Amino acid sequence: MTMTKTADSSAPAEYDGKFLSVNDLRVQFSTEDGIVKAVDGLSFDLERGKTLGIVGESGSGKSVTNLSILGLHNSKTTEVTGEILMEGEDLLTVKEKRLEHLRGNKMAMIFQDPLTALSPFYTIGRQIMEPYRKHTGASKKDARARAIEMLEKVGIPQPNRRVDDYPHQFSGGMRQRAMIAMALVCDPDLIIADEPTTALDVTVQAQILDLLKELQQEFGSAIIFITHDLGVIANMADDIMVMYGGRAVERGSVSQVLYEPDHPYTWGLLSSMPRLSGDVNEELRAIRGTPPSLLNPPPGCAFNPRCDFADQVAGNKCREVRPDLGEGRAAACHLSADQKQTFFVEHIKPRLG
Amino acid sequence: MSEELTLTKPTDAVPASGEPLLTARDLTMHFPIHGGFPFKRKVGAVQAVDKVDLDVYPGESFGLVGESGCGKSTTGRLLTRLLEPSGGTLQYQGTDITKATRKQLAPIRSEIQMIFQDPYSALNPRQTVGRIITSPMEVNDINPSGGREARARELLEIVGLNPEHYNRFPHEFSGGQRQRIGVARALALEPKLIVADEPVSALDVSIQAQVINLMQKVQRELGIAFVFIAHDLAIVRHFSQRLAVMYLGKIVEVGDRDSIYLRPRHPYTHALLSAVPEATGPREDGKKERIRLAGDVPSPISPPSGCRFRTRCWKAQDICASEEPPLVQISGNAAGHLTACHFPEEGTTEATSQDVVMDPALQSLESQHD
Repeated sequence: MTMTKTADSSAPAEYDGKFLSVNDLRVQFSTEDGIVKAVDGLSFDLERGKTLGIVGESGSGKSVTNLSILGLHNSKTTEVTGEILMEGEDLLTVKEKRLEHLRGNKMAMIFQDPLTALSPFYTIGRQIMEPYRKHTGASKKDARARAIEMLEKVGIPQPNRRVDDYPHQFSGGMRQRAMIAMALVCDPDLIIADEPTTALDVTVQAQILDLLKELQQEFGSAIIFITHDLGVIANMADDIMVMYGGRAVERGSVSQVLYEPDHPYTWGLLSSMPRLSGDVNEELRAIRGTPPSLLNPPPGCAFNPRCDFADQVAGNKCREVRPDLGEGRAAACHLSADQKQTFFVEHIKPRLG
Repeated sequence: MSEELTLTKPTDAVPASGEPLLTARDLTMHFPIHGGFPFKRKVGAVQAVDKVDLDVYPGESFGLVGESGCGKSTTGRLLTRLLEPSGGTLQYQGTDITKATRKQLAPIRSEIQMIFQDPYSALNPRQTVGRIITSPMEVNDINPSGGREARARELLEIVGLNPEHYNRFPHEFSGGQRQRIGVARALALEPKLIVADEPVSALDVSIQAQVINLMQKVQRELGIAFVFIAHDLAIVRHFSQRLAVMYLGKIVEVGDRDSIYLRPRHPYTHALLSAVPEATGPREDGKKERIRLAGDVPSPISPPSGCRFRTRCWKAQDICASEEPPLVQISGNAAGHLTACHFPEEGTTEATSQDVVMDPALQSLESQHD
């Protein structure tokens, strides 16, 4: 990472622009096989109190994006360029010390697997107290009271007893609740939730998702919610960004992306999922082929080898020119607006029920 | 690849009639827990599967759904006799195989095959695809006309892989392709029943549909019965004509697809269905009932007395703790739709006037924000 002089420890004065703004983010890893472009020119904005859902398959770059926001990537092997502005402060250029101040305090993360994200060595209470004491300088006693308060808030029964338990004494759903308590303890402005419910059962998932939503209302945090499950996103997010091969391919509000999707990949995702109200005699429409290699992504649109509509664009454009994602509600696709409309209404919509 | 999977118009609902292929009665699996000092002795048991009754008919697809720890995978392993049940009986085509020895099982093994969850660990990395598919034939001394290799290549083609990949190793394939190899291996012996244990949950969303379509094609065209074990209710609905819902080692409800998904009676089935997040669907809010349970599934080491779901159930009363509800047909239900509940819910998934929210934290937060 490049280092430039910026004001450290003290937070910048009131900033009235966008809360979080990511501009042209690129993340590259050098591996034995070559350079992996995990994220390739990604831009998005997020407002306070809103939830942005990032959907994509494994290897689409959704997790890497968020590790770089928190500065958790290995800076020896990773090259990150672009801008990540949080309240006007570029997180890619600030000092490690400042990042340490922000992490856990202004931004926090909820991981997928609470068993590996929590240390088996320390009690749940201690792990919740640690960031709180570090960032607020509270006494042990106050921090403990705060930990109990947080555990109660996330619905751990008998919090004043369970605060001294170790993670292995908690069930899966309770561990995820404890992790949410840990993330929220300093009242962060930004929460990054990376597949927070993938490891949980459906009934527990429903509890946790509702809990997160209610807590967001109370704390007013912005959430970046990463998942591969469009159903979960539909419940959680205000806006959706669909990622494929390290780039955003479609962006819009929940109802725009789920009910009037514009990108063939989003169409594919939606029509390959069985749903509870769908026609069971209708065969699922799978997206053919496999996700692209990030070592040498296909030329042109990364989705073109799997796209059913690539031939509809004149002059082999899909295989040669990479489509750009416009501003606001947009899809990175060469199809014309009319074509998209016709194809969606004729081929895709009937399958979505 | 999907092109090869096109089918003749799929025929649905193989009638569940005739003699069942596989019958389980009171099937029980308790794993002993050893402990104590200085001599190890049995101090308890994990009651993974407890008195499960089920029938699988030839050519049908039978789904088994439930959350982790409900015993669905253990049931799958009992049905294939990879585990020996600690109680109850298991019959395959009228033959009791509950306690059958390895030798007695040998002829049956080839007729019941399994597809595993994790395609990365289910294939031997040191064997070529060809060897993986032909070795079951070798073990069972099957010599297809044209030779084993030709048959293996044919199988590769059936599952949508290139027959030229015969000499490749598993690491050269992607997850979805590996699961196809797993399917080809299961088909090598022309089985009558395949037990598929979460066959797609390790795969990416876009790949899941490919594998589901493949298995559906296999099931319909070759007439193989499937026991399809999964936690994803939408996938089971798509794949299975009949299904059983399990909770903590028990079947709480069993029936045909429409009965379970449209007219569920057991509160747990209601809770499961209402918890499924759906991307698109009826857009008007409040059409689907909303049930949020409290806490997690209790431990199968000391399950609750009586009805096992009562600790999380909003309708539980004293009788639920003292008496275990039998799995019976409730009046008004279709034939074969059995429910184990003292106080069954209405047979609908429409929203009720009030949400059921059992979770204390959610309750307090929601009352604050309302």
